Amino acid sequence: MSASVLYDHPGPRARMRNRVLSAVFAVLLLAGLYGIYRAFDSTEQWTWAKWQPFFQDVTLPNGEQGNFWDYALVGLLGTLQAAATAMVFALAFGLVFSAARLSDHVWIRVPAGVIVEFFRAVPVLLMIFFLSFGGFWVFGTYVEPFWSVVIGLTFYNGSVLAEAFRAGIQAVPKGQSEAAYSLGLVKSQVMRMILVPQAARTMLPVIVSQLVVVLKDTALGYIVAYPELMLEGSKSYAVFANVVPTFMVLALIYIVINATLTAIAHLLKRRADRRGVTTAPAKIAAANAAASGVGGGAGA
Amino acid sequence: MRMKRLAAVAAVAVLALGVAACGSESETPGTPSGESPLVGKATAGTLKFGVKADQPGLGLQTGSTYEGFDIEIAKIIAKGLGGDPAKNTYVTTVSANREPFIQSGQVDIVVATYTINDDRKKKVNFAGPYYTAGQDLLVPTASAITGPDDLAGKKVCSVAGSTPAKRIKEKYPQAQLQEFDAYSKCVEALANGTVDAVTTDDIILAGYASQAQYAGKFKVVGKPFSSEPYGIGLKLEDKAGCTKINDILKASVADGSYKAAWDATLGKSGTPAPTLDVSKLTNCPA
Amino acid sequence: MDVFSDPANLQLYIDGFLMILKLTGASSLLALVLGLLLAACRVAPVPVLRAFGAGWVHLFRNTPLTLVILFCYFGLYSAVGVEFSEDIHVNNYWLAVVGLSAYTAAFVCEAIRSGINTVPLGQAEAARALGLTFTQNLRLIILPQAMRSVVAPLGSILIALTKNATIAGVIGVAEASNAMKGLIEARGDQTIAIFLVFALTFVALLVPVGYGFTALANRLMVRR
Repeated sequence: MSASVLYDHPGPRARMRNRVLSAVFAVLLLAGLYGIYRAFDSTEQWTWAKWQPFFQDVTLPNGEQGNFWDYALVGLLGTLQAAATAMVFALAFGLVFSAARLSDHVWIRVPAGVIVEFFRAVPVLLMIFFLSFGGFWVFGTYVEPFWSVVIGLTFYNGSVLAEAFRAGIQAVPKGQSEAAYSLGLVKSQVMRMILVPQAARTMLPVIVSQLVVVLKDTALGYIVAYPELMLEGSKSYAVFANVVPTFMVLALIYIVINATLTAIAHLLKRRADRRGVTTAPAKIAAANAAASGVGGGAGA
Repeated sequence: MRMKRLAAVAAVAVLALGVAACGSESETPGTPSGESPLVGKATAGTLKFGVKADQPGLGLQTGSTYEGFDIEIAKIIAKGLGGDPAKNTYVTTVSANREPFIQSGQVDIVVATYTINDDRKKKVNFAGPYYTAGQDLLVPTASAITGPDDLAGKKVCSVAGSTPAKRIKEKYPQAQLQEFDAYSKCVEALANGTVDAVTTDDIILAGYASQAQYAGKFKVVGKPFSSEPYGIGLKLEDKAGCTKINDILKASVADGSYKAAWDATLGKSGTPAPTLDVSKLTNCPA
Repeated sequence: MDVFSDPANLQLYIDGFLMILKLTGASSLLALVLGLLLAACRVAPVPVLRAFGAGWVHLFRNTPLTLVILFCYFGLYSAVGVEFSEDIHVNNYWLAVVGLSAYTAAFVCEAIRSGINTVPLGQAEAARALGLTFTQNLRLIILPQAMRSVVAPLGSILIALTKNATIAGVIGVAEASNAMKGLIEARGDQTIAIFLVFALTFVALLVPVGYGFTALANRLMVRR
């Protein structure tokens, strides 16, 4: 902890007090955890029979051998495929629509704004469900569960990214674009050569943290029977009759993946910081806060 | 890439529609003697069946393989159409997307606890029924519930938006209805005592009751309060295919493969195979 | 559009959105209180509290809400026995509120914490020089300033919460997404109309909230 806005470096008395408080809260916390442990124990959630499928093969109802990972790996693959595809499309969507929203032409700017606002306001769950069940009437063909999930996530996260990119581009100091215009560059060149490269670097952490949202939201694929981690996990606990342990392990898997992504985001941020980005830090912070507030809070 | 793919699919769909349109004018050219397109697909080994993935005894996905009574019926059909059952492709369907799956050609045939009713008949063609189920209750072995009239004030679980759930809401409003997106969650809730009963078709419930991990814990009440004839769904215009499948079903009763299919799956728990009344098969309106 | 001329269907639609509002109302209050407490933990001088706050945030921010709410049903209710009511619908409502609040609180906490970080160090140093204690400093100097810069992110979180309330349907709460699902399954021929009505209702609810919070944030912004 470096200098905090809230308190000074603790002196001897404060250190003592903090240590006492630490001990007290540690005891309380442990008591709480033990309470949770006992509460689950009362319905035998910790028995080896319920945890065995995570560590080794057990006999399936049909007489074959199998374990939790037979399902989880299929689901994990589905989750990662959908998340990766949706992220690529969402980035493209975000770039196109942020540019459209910054357009000088009203007939581009306004419809783009309407589309972005629409997709940001409609719950992803409704969108995915509609694409799967109503896609037939819109596209004239049945939309596979995979594409329902990918398109639904693209529309929503793409719109969030579009707003983030717009904030990022607007946070580039005005002098940059003024200088570019005075050199005789036209608008598209200013965008492409001056603003977007600088904005992209500052928005990198936001982009990566949006990936966490995409990854979590693939769990909504259950509504159209897309074989992602949650759906495959539910097949697993139907076979092994261990719903609570399965949920715990599923949560752990999501946390590990997302924590890895977040760690990458921090790494990228530090690298971007080291390169000395010229944009005013406060503005970046504001843009990041706005974007992560929308995106981060929206994760499902 | 997505757009390209969609465009390609759309183009194929338009072509298919065009072909279909021509077909209706001149007695299905390209398929000699008015034969169903299913036969060609069966011979080529490209038949795609829509089945359930989460219903033990009927259609259950374990790893990448599917098993259950519905799957055995699918194998009988593939064989009867002149194909190799081992080459069948199975696609997971959920209750609500079975019609779009058939209409769009995502699957060729649906065998997925698919109740024949008038609304659905407007969208797809039904062969069968190959089994007649009825809505029933799954309860813990020691439960005092003996029928739907005992449900007042009790917690009963079903799948959101399903026909059994609607029937409970309309006919037994005193029951407390818990809804999930899948029966496996209902059974899990029944196993840990959170709900008092699970309701859906008796055959599905029997599948859960016979699962090894729940052995001896549940019983099916055995007083069905509806009639659910399970059909085999295929394209509305494929009357020839529908008639053909009905013939296959008749033959399967005669040669004992229907009984064998039952014995290998739902019959494992000791329930004797039902007698399939072939006189009740649909007349395949096109 | 004749789907909604059937009074039963119209009722389903209205009840669905009323449930969304009820879920959002209770959850937003609980999440705000819980989020404030967590933020206080995360910036406290006591390491155990900081760890607790950080643990909560990491746990809930990285787990899909579907999983959180399902866990409230199968873990909290079924396995642990936390029951709010004998009535299944009331009980499921509160289980969903618990899940939504615990999840959203993690985001509220992070928004407030980053809000605290926007308060210049000099403010707190001046307060300490005046002899204010930690709690006084937090209550009188830091939070009032932090809360202002936190208005915009909190607005976004409220919007997200409203949309996330649809996920309560996974444990059978009769909210808008379940209503839409039921209507589409009954009237598949009118899928597009049904979807547009539900989607546009969300737009009508949420876009004004978004603009309202942006305007409020601009008015309250601490100019530096």
